Amino acid sequence: MSSATAIHDAHDDHGPSKGIMRWITTTNHKDIGTLYLIFALIMFMIGGAMAMIIRAELFQPGMQLVDPAFFNQMTTVHALVMIFGGVMPAFTGLANWLIPMMIGAPDMALPRMNNWSFWILPFAFTMLLSTLFMNGGGPAAGWTMYPPLVLQTGDAFPFMILSIHMMGISSIMGSINVIVTIMNMRAPGMTLMKMPLFVWTWLITAYLLIATMPVLAGAVTMLLTDKFFGTSFFSAAGGGDPVLYQHVFWFFGHPEVYILILPAFGIISQIIPTFARKPLFGYSSMVYATASIAFLSFIVWAHHMFTVGMPTAGELFFMYATMMIAVPTGVKVFNWVSTMWRGSMTFETPMLFAIAFVFLFTIGGFSGLMLAIAPADFQYHDTYFVVAHFHYVLVSGAVFSIMAAAYYWMPKWTGHMYDEKLGKIHFWLSAISMNVLFFPQHFLGLAGMPRRIPDYSVQFTGFNQISSIGGFVFGLSQVLFCYIVYKTIKGGQPATDNVWEGAHGLEWTLPSPPPYHSFIEAPAVK
Amino acid sequence: MKIGVVVIAMFGFGYLLVPLYNVFCDITGLNGKTGRVSVGEANAAIQADRVVTVEFVGNINSDMPWEFRPLVKSLKVHPGKLYDASFMAHNLTDKRIVGQAIPSISPGVGGKYFNKTECFCFTNQTLKGGEEKKMPLRFIVDPNLPRHIKRLTLAYTFFNITK
Amino acid sequence: MAVRGAAAFSSLLIPMGASAEYGLNMTEGATSLSHEVYGLHMTILWVCVVIGAVVFGAMFYSVFKHRKSKGAVAANFHESTFAEFAWTIVPILILVSMAIPATKTLLAMDDLSDSDMTIKVTGIQWKWKYDYLDEDISLVSNLAPEHAKASQRNSGIDVTKIENYLLEVDNPVVVPVGKKIRFLMTANDVIHSWWVPALGWKKDAIPGFVNEMWARIDKPGTYRGQCAELCGKGHGFMPIVVVAKSEADYKDWVAMKREEKAATLASADRAWTKDELMKKGQQVYTTTCMACHQANGQGLPGAFPALAGSPVVKGPVEGHIGVVMNGRQGTAMAAFAGLMSDVDIAAVITYERNAFGNDTGDVVQPSTIKAARK
Repeated sequence: MSSATAIHDAHDDHGPSKGIMRWITTTNHKDIGTLYLIFALIMFMIGGAMAMIIRAELFQPGMQLVDPAFFNQMTTVHALVMIFGGVMPAFTGLANWLIPMMIGAPDMALPRMNNWSFWILPFAFTMLLSTLFMNGGGPAAGWTMYPPLVLQTGDAFPFMILSIHMMGISSIMGSINVIVTIMNMRAPGMTLMKMPLFVWTWLITAYLLIATMPVLAGAVTMLLTDKFFGTSFFSAAGGGDPVLYQHVFWFFGHPEVYILILPAFGIISQIIPTFARKPLFGYSSMVYATASIAFLSFIVWAHHMFTVGMPTAGELFFMYATMMIAVPTGVKVFNWVSTMWRGSMTFETPMLFAIAFVFLFTIGGFSGLMLAIAPADFQYHDTYFVVAHFHYVLVSGAVFSIMAAAYYWMPKWTGHMYDEKLGKIHFWLSAISMNVLFFPQHFLGLAGMPRRIPDYSVQFTGFNQISSIGGFVFGLSQVLFCYIVYKTIKGGQPATDNVWEGAHGLEWTLPSPPPYHSFIEAPAVK
Repeated sequence: MKIGVVVIAMFGFGYLLVPLYNVFCDITGLNGKTGRVSVGEANAAIQADRVVTVEFVGNINSDMPWEFRPLVKSLKVHPGKLYDASFMAHNLTDKRIVGQAIPSISPGVGGKYFNKTECFCFTNQTLKGGEEKKMPLRFIVDPNLPRHIKRLTLAYTFFNITK
Repeated sequence: MAVRGAAAFSSLLIPMGASAEYGLNMTEGATSLSHEVYGLHMTILWVCVVIGAVVFGAMFYSVFKHRKSKGAVAANFHESTFAEFAWTIVPILILVSMAIPATKTLLAMDDLSDSDMTIKVTGIQWKWKYDYLDEDISLVSNLAPEHAKASQRNSGIDVTKIENYLLEVDNPVVVPVGKKIRFLMTANDVIHSWWVPALGWKKDAIPGFVNEMWARIDKPGTYRGQCAELCGKGHGFMPIVVVAKSEADYKDWVAMKREEKAATLASADRAWTKDELMKKGQQVYTTTCMACHQANGQGLPGAFPALAGSPVVKGPVEGHIGVVMNGRQGTAMAAFAGLMSDVDIAAVITYERNAFGNDTGDVVQPSTIKAARK
């Protein structure tokens, strides 16, 4: 450790510049990672506030708080903000912080691009959120932006398209950086099959991003030209086909789903071994499972559109392909359970979130399997059952993994232990309220409540009330999370270098907090 | 830099999906678009022993103030033989309106076996205010139509394309 | 049994609320297809429950047993080719056994041959239009006016007192039981999705394209559903009500509808009083115009124009008739010429010109509209 400290001291002279310019001009992977994470947290709270409006309106039947048009804007912008502003930047932030430290590199490979890819985001989201105040309101056609409905959007339309382009460019630049860093900057001896799983899952995610974000950009560009330049890619009147948009969108959209979950798999695969004090079970099968999920994600897109009237052969193909995804995903869950099996477990907050992830993500996986059965999907499709499904995989999946990661690595990042007691309170509040929030939505969907409706028949009242109460508690407990983060940054019990008794990996060999440039001299990897 | 190329290639691929989809639909009839042949091509063997019901449906889009309906609701046809059918369009307003009819076949796989030699949907149709007009259609059902398909529903939707 | 268990669970969970009907599970429905779908749903649900019990059982056993505080010492095994192989193969076998019945049901759904009748369903922002292709009758089905009023923001009406709130229409689609009914789906503006859970499926209605699906309803009854694809502001307010009647009752209904149609046509020829038109106009306004232009005619700034004081409504009658009949291209304002009768158009225009403080005093007679169609 003493050598690392010496490096730290020696490089103080070209450390960060002072004040706000440090953050605007930074090319440092840790600063940019921090910016990403804080941005994600802000977006998470903004998107969450929109969810609170949705749940408040749905607390009882009848329209009380907002108009149906505004309600649709809330569901649309909530999704866009959470996906592109919350989960994706959070994962990119984690990648920035952790990948160089995990592979023994001093920084990311392309630091200036790294700066751009972050600083595009605040502009993109300012633009997106500003549409809510425009004539005719924000986009209200759902985050999937299906034409012809989306073409009825008011002044917000070009702003929405442009902000999606910017988010796409940001993600693509971030991914290029991740790939180049992993491919070129590993410490000697760090072969691909020795990389921590978080690095592996991010590498695969980055390839998915590079392959799919341009397709989304293409799809929304076609929407733009359809609306303003007289093309008719998606308009039947000019010989186009609105269903074609859905194919192009979901060709992006399904891999996107895995972009939102693969890094989570990586995080969980780092955390469980640490607290089970036992190596990850089936490392190589985890890598292969991740790769096969990524591959399968490209050939299952049409399961989002079973009801558009595809030929039966198409429905059968997409049904079978979708069911196959359960196999590699199952392998991952079994591996995590086997890692816990006969370990010596302790249950600090990151581990609690990780166990909740395995449990709740798997429930989301089960409902996903049910949705894959095409004839049954004719009933489930576009109901609250689907809403419950994707919130189980995204909230108790992606978001819980990010929370777990935050608790797990925050002592390393800040040099301070977080408040374990508050962390546990935050966990139990989140985990319980999350289930109160989303579990009843399965019943609502099965009982026949369509999604994206601002008002509902009286028979759905009970479950909606339970769900809303869960929602409010979940929302409030995230305020506690913000406080815990703030408190940890400000101070707290100093963290040791290793932080956790069972932690292994290069990042734990660095001091807490780590030096401004992670590894000036490449560490030796056995 | 290779990755940059991949990004541009994938953006292009997004666009490429459009023609790909159209080719794919032509082959599989995924979206129920219909075929078009010239009269010369349309002299396949007539299957006198086989009868397929062709049903006609007229739709109008919401910004189209026309009335539009088939004059004959359905025809029993022999694959390979040429038939005539017609629709009636009526402009309900006193203004000139230009319309474009878009065909769709159900089941979708039947689309590529439904060939038209003449159709009002090949060009724009203009109706003066209050005008009523017969819209002719001449078609032939391809004898290669899969045996299990006994009925084809041909729907036209008229869109308002008045500038 | 599963359903009963679930119901017991629900009564435990929710003592509150006025209505005791808390649906927890998918409806078994009223058609052969819906029964098959229900069967599939229950099978896959139980498969998931069993797998879940095994996996979570193992996990929680481990969580309770193998903890450091109980003195557990970590083992060091970290791979097993046999285990990986086993938990790849076993799920594949389970999936194959699920795929077989699912494929069968899908093929059954695809069998559209030998249908007895065809109904064309057209999704329109925000109502459904039904054309009985064999009977030459058609009807437009709107959210029932009472429900439309109650669903206005802060309407002051207690919606819990309204029976089948938001699931009631002015004109239900009536079908005979025991017949194979083919539904042809299309839409006039944006994509909608026609869903009645009791029929076992939903199908998208796409502008410019037709989709088809079928149902054979076992028993007479009223089956309710909703639009399932986001279609704009009124998406939550375009319910579907299917009334299944015995063959004889259905015939009577068809005869009645035909008479009604003739009567409506005839009524366009007589002169209507202003009061009659205003009363009728208010009804039409509530079902057709209120969703956008609002109950007070103020519209929604930026999205839907106000009718109160509008230059179109206060201007020449011909211009007003023109907008209602031809619509406005590129906006949500549809061309109502093909969707409403002469009487309805005349009444609603008369209403709009005299309500919301417009007070033009104009009366538009149905005969004027009839003439405008020539």
